[in-house]
Formats: sequence, C-alpha cells, structure tokens
Amino acid sequence: MKTTSLHAVHEQLGAKLIDFGGWHMPVQYGPILDEVQCVRNRAGLFDLGHMGRVHVTGPDAVAFVDRIATNWCAKIPVSAIRYSLFCKEDGNPIDDVLLYREEASVYIVVNASNTAVDLDWMRRQSAGFRVSIDDQTDRTAMIAIQGPLSREILQRAVSGYDLSKLGYYKFDFATVCGLERTRISRTGYTGELGYELYLPNAEGPRVWSALAELGAAQGIAPIGLGARDILRLEAGMPLYGHEIDLQHNPIEAGLNFGVSMAPEKAGTLGRGALERYAAAPTRKLVGLTTPGPRVPRQGTEVYRGSQRVGAVCSGAPSPTLSTNIASAYVALDAAQVGLELELDFRGKRQPCRVQELPFFSRTRK
Amino acid sequence: MRPDDRKYSPTHEWVKIDGETATVGITDFAVQELSNGNTSDLVYCDLPEVGRSVKAGQTFGEIESVKAVSDLNSPVSGEVVDVNHVIEEHLEVLAKDPWKEGWMVKFKLASKSTEGLMDAAQYEKFVAQAKH
Repeated sequence: MKTTSLHAVHEQLGAKLIDFGGWHMPVQYGPILDEVQCVRNRAGLFDLGHMGRVHVTGPDAVAFVDRIATNWCAKIPVSAIRYSLFCKEDGNPIDDVLLYREEASVYIVVNASNTAVDLDWMRRQSAGFRVSIDDQTDRTAMIAIQGPLSREILQRAVSGYDLSKLGYYKFDFATVCGLERTRISRTGYTGELGYELYLPNAEGPRVWSALAELGAAQGIAPIGLGARDILRLEAGMPLYGHEIDLQHNPIEAGLNFGVSMAPEKAGTLGRGALERYAAAPTRKLVGLTTPGPRVPRQGTEVYRGSQRVGAVCSGAPSPTLSTNIASAYVALDAAQVGLELELDFRGKRQPCRVQELPFFSRTRK
Repeated sequence: MRPDDRKYSPTHEWVKIDGETATVGITDFAVQELSNGNTSDLVYCDLPEVGRSVKAGQTFGEIESVKAVSDLNSPVSGEVVDVNHVIEEHLEVLAKDPWKEGWMVKFKLASKSTEGLMDAAQYEKFVAQAKH
C-alpha cells in the first residue's frame, strides 16, 4: 500500500488506518460523528495526499483538456477552478475532477482510486496534442482545512496575503508557513468554508503540525475518511463509485454544472451520448431522509408500494440533520421532492422522503 | 481473560448455557471491531421477536455502525424466549458490559450441542490471531 507524507503523523495520532484506493489512509481518529460536527462547528484538517494531482502543460494544454473534460476549459477564467468529468464515448465517466485553470496550462486534481486509469486515459487521448502530462501525486502533499473557522486559522499561517480576497472555487499562490508560492485553493468536499494546500512532500508534516497548533485553542481536529464521506454526502457532492461510475452518467446525477453543452464543445469525448441523456433522462439522483433507525447503504432498494423505483448510492447517519440520509437514483415519476417512499432492508420496510440535494451547504447559501 | 463460564463462536458471539436456556451476546472484541473503539459509532441493533426459531450458525439479528452492518449469528439452535430491548436504545451498554448487561437474546435450547464453539482460552488465541 502507498503512504502519504503524513502517514507517521496519523499513526502517532492513533488513527484507524484502512486501504483506500491503494493508499493506507486514516478512516477516523475518534468517533466519526464527532469529527463531522467538528468540521461543521469549528475546523478540521484532512490529509488528501492520496488524491491524484496532474499538471498538463504545453502549447495545446487547454485544447487537450477541452477534448477530454466535459466542462469548457478555455472559458474558465485564469485562477478559477471548475468541476468537470472525464467521460467515455458512451457518456459515462471514468472519473470526476477539478480543473485549475492557469494562463496556458491546467492543474487537475483527480480521485485516488482512479489516478492510474486517468493517467492512462489522458496519455492515450493526447496523441496529436502538444502536451506534457506530469503526475505530481507522489512528490507532493495535499492538506485541506475545512470548517467555519478555517479561514482565520489558516490566515495565521499565511503571510502577505489576505485569504478573504480568495473567492469560492478560486486559487492563488501565497507564502504558507514560510513556503513561498504555495498553491492555495478555496475548495473542499464538505460544503463548508475551506481551503486546500499543495506542498512539497517534505513540508507536509511541518505544515500539518503548524495548522494543528494554530487552531488548537479553537478546537481544530484531524478528520478521517469516514467523516469526510458523511460531510460530502450532506453537501450533496458525488463520490465516484457511488453516485457516478461507468453505469451512471453526470446528467442523471444532476451534475450539469460540470458539463458544457456549448456548440464549441462538440468535439469533447462523450458529448453525443451526454446530449442524448439530457434529451431523454430515465432516472434522477435525489436525496432521501429516513426517520427510521436503519442507515441506508449502497444498493438498498427504494420502493413505492410494491414497485421498486430505485436504489441507494450512498447513505449515512447525518449529525447535521439529525436523521439518516441517502442519495439514490429513482425513476423520474418518483423523484418529486416531498414524496414518501420506502427503503427495503431484507424485507423490512422503513419510510423515507425525497429531498432536494444538497442536504446542507454553507458555501452556496 | 474473558469469562470462562461460556462458549465463544468464530464470529465473536458468546453463549452461556444454564440448563435449558442459553443467553447470547457479542464479545468485547466484536464491539471493538464494529466501533473501532468508539462506542458512539454504533448506531443500530436489530434483535429478533420472541418465538422465533433459529438454528446454530443462522442470523438472529444485525448490528450496525456508522460505516457498516454486521450479522449476529446464533451459536446455538433454539427458540427466542427473551430479548434485551434496552440495547436497541442504549448501544453503549455493549461496550460497558458485553458479558452481563449487554446480553442480547435468550434461547430455549433445541439442542445442547456446542459443536464448533471455543472455550475462553481457545477464543483468546483465536482473537490474538485475528488481530494480525
């Protein structure tokens, strides 16, 4: 298993470590639901060193990304970030990614479990484009700080830069813990105010400890993948392998904001299929809340009376909503907000109700 | 050392037999594995109705943590005669006292066979191996 530059830190903190996409990563340091509340009420630190980070440069960098990514890269303002997907010709995604638009290059953050697939895909699709594809994953650290207090805590580690000037889904370079030109993005996977930092591997532990110390008085805590999964589900953010995969396209997942349908994007891989999904969707991704004790899990079936109308993608107890929540694909005629449906747990039914996604957002509200 | 007045299953349930009655629960190791040492990560326990018949090795209920669901397997064959409903509302009891207060189900035994079950010493070794 691969380890990040912060592996020893996690062990020292007594984290429970698991295999996640080939990486030995902390699933929790303490009770998962406490970690969720720490991020919602204070701030949390996340090791994201397992996420793939790929720099695309060269004269055709932007044109190449526009060939493989569903969002319109050429239209992204420099220093802005957009959610996007890499789709196959059939419109189904091999991954979802963030595109960091630079002057003449693009920095791409991809899922840990798909990094190898993405790199292979990018290299195969790059024939005819003058680009260089640089996988920086193994030599860089990535740390997120998320939560309502994240800005004021991170600001103490930043010199010569006012973080309140950095807008949502924007990035910039500033001095962090003495490290000049550190990439900072106002992004995250929690629905909270938050930032992500990109550092040389050797600096990961030092910056992590500095942030932990600078936020100690305000109750900052390290947060594992268990809480991260609940935070992102509450925030209505998809996880590859759950809401989207090779059988679940971004249109029916409601990720239209990551898919440009502009005529100029006609040459993007998967475009034709995505247009057909947009014209004739067969199902919709919705939120569900359930007042019962059982937690919906991936695959839990959803019924209206005796009719099966869908299945759960992700489910969790939500400390923020104080109820169990899920995302699920349901038939279009069962997707109406407020509709009462049922979850089937081995033949035992538990009521649930269709909700709008996201369940929670501080960043967008 | 765990109590030696009972038998243990490979799926980490215990059974204590008194005459015709068997009391069943789960071990401290099971609780630890399910909750990763954090009792508040346990979210739900589904126990059977009185009157249900269960064969040894069959599922009599489920226990759920934030991250996963696990089957509760019966170490013995019999009919459910009593259920500890306190657990359903107070899962922390399982961590506090899995051996006594944390009992789950009482069975009227259909057979006194304890085939495939371990005594406390054997279970101790079994758990030591499971940790690696």
